[in-house]
Amino acid sequence: MGWQLVRLWTLLVYAFMFLPVAVVVLLSFNASQFGSFPMTGFSFRWFAELAQNEAILRAFRTSIILGTLTAIISTTLGVLASLALVRYRVPGANFISTLLIAPILVPEVVLAVALLLFLNFLNVNKSFALLLAGHVIFTLPFVILVVQARLVGIRRDIEEAALSLGASPRQTFFEVTLPLMLPAVLAGALFAFTISFDDITGTLFWKPGGVETVPTQIFAMLRNSISPEINALGTVMIVMTVGLPLLGAALARSLARRRGG
Amino acid sequence: MSVESREARQPWILLSPALSAVALLLFVPLGFILVYSFWLRTATGADQAGFYLDNWAEALSDPFYRDILLNTLKIAAITTLVCALMGYPAAYFIARSRGNKAILLLLLMLPFWISYIIRTMSWINILGVSGAVNWVLTSLGIVAEPIQMLYNETTVILGLVHFLLPFMVLNVFVSLDGIDTTLEDAANSLGATRWQAFLQVTLPLSLPGLAAGGLLCFVLGAGTYITPLVLGGPTDAMFANLVFEAIITQLNWPLGSALSLMLLAVLGALVLLYNRYLGMAQLMKGLG
Repeated sequence: MGWQLVRLWTLLVYAFMFLPVAVVVLLSFNASQFGSFPMTGFSFRWFAELAQNEAILRAFRTSIILGTLTAIISTTLGVLASLALVRYRVPGANFISTLLIAPILVPEVVLAVALLLFLNFLNVNKSFALLLAGHVIFTLPFVILVVQARLVGIRRDIEEAALSLGASPRQTFFEVTLPLMLPAVLAGALFAFTISFDDITGTLFWKPGGVETVPTQIFAMLRNSISPEINALGTVMIVMTVGLPLLGAALARSLARRRGG
Repeated sequence: MSVESREARQPWILLSPALSAVALLLFVPLGFILVYSFWLRTATGADQAGFYLDNWAEALSDPFYRDILLNTLKIAAITTLVCALMGYPAAYFIARSRGNKAILLLLLMLPFWISYIIRTMSWINILGVSGAVNWVLTSLGIVAEPIQMLYNETTVILGLVHFLLPFMVLNVFVSLDGIDTTLEDAANSLGATRWQAFLQVTLPLSLPGLAAGGLLCFVLGAGTYITPLVLGGPTDAMFANLVFEAIITQLNWPLGSALSLMLLAVLGALVLLYNRYLGMAQLMKGLG
């Protein structure tokens, strides 16, 4: 009896999580010219209009470039740091870990203000560079957490075997360690990209006037009223941010399987 | 150079880029706004460097700031409580389910990947004047005119719960999943009812996860300014909205620095308390 109640409760919790999002997707195919009920028919017209909207396309371009650069920088820094923490006995490793994840322990608003004001003091104005610096610093902890968790699982003896069979440390890294790490690196990079692509809290502080990312563009569009275009844009974003990690996970699994043989 | 000292230096070479990034882009800037909070924004709009207590006096004594800070903490507390009440049973179900745990977990992780702004604005489609609920009510003739259900404190809390619930479920799940289920069986065989076994064995053992989820919900909830802007009314500003106003709208950066540090002090104190009694490891388990 009690178990049935728990099951029903869980079902309701899942419904609460997914129904509003499902409604966004549903309404994005609404033929009506208002972004609301009732559904008057099924149509792709709002997606077609999105593709014509210069401002939204520009926001997409900005978000993708920003997310990609963030992922590259953040993953590079994060993988190096994770290697040090997992592979070596570093004095004060716990303290260093805490320092490295500090950017997510500080409220994002405070991080945003501090970075904006400090870089402005150094004469770096609101710019793409500031935006990139901000995105790198708050995605770094997530990359380190994800990569570290996966690095622990890579067995050291495989590398030692390569070394004892005459491979140089350099060869060992590029031919043994790096391929084994690849799923971890990909997971970290995807995570960084998605977090960057989604961010609005810091981005609103750092972005120069006239530059919009997809979330800030949606936010600006909400100021007027909810238009069917926003729902369509939401649907595209859901497909991107949910589809990409799922694709990444599948890719990582097939890579791992091939290597595991 | 000896092999030994090279070996000892290697980790520091690997760590230095990340550590310098955190130092230069977080710790030094935090130090800088501490100094900045004692400067003064003059009538001409220029900053007067020095040691003035004006910003702190204003931030700490003005009842306007105090009331909004208290209200922010209240909203975060209610949000955390609702997340716990909704999330715990769900996490329990997933952890003890004999079905496909991986699928249930994946479903739970999905909202993490769905954009925060989309999830927040999705409630406008549900509760707005032309949203789903009003459409049902008017079509059924229950109400003649659509009711405005949005833009109040309740919808702000609703939006925050929707945003933060996965953090709670995930942390509680990690904790519950690590508990040996034979403990409950042992309690049962010693005469405890299922409910007693849960209350006296499982619940206490899962408290670290509940605390970790609670901390995340509270700190992330109390630090938000987007949710009140999208789902709140004009009087539903939270403390982070004041920071945003001071920095972006009024361009009073010294005052904005003081307000930011106030928020950091309150939420940072919670994180430190948590770390003192429960340790960061639990939190990392849920995040990684």
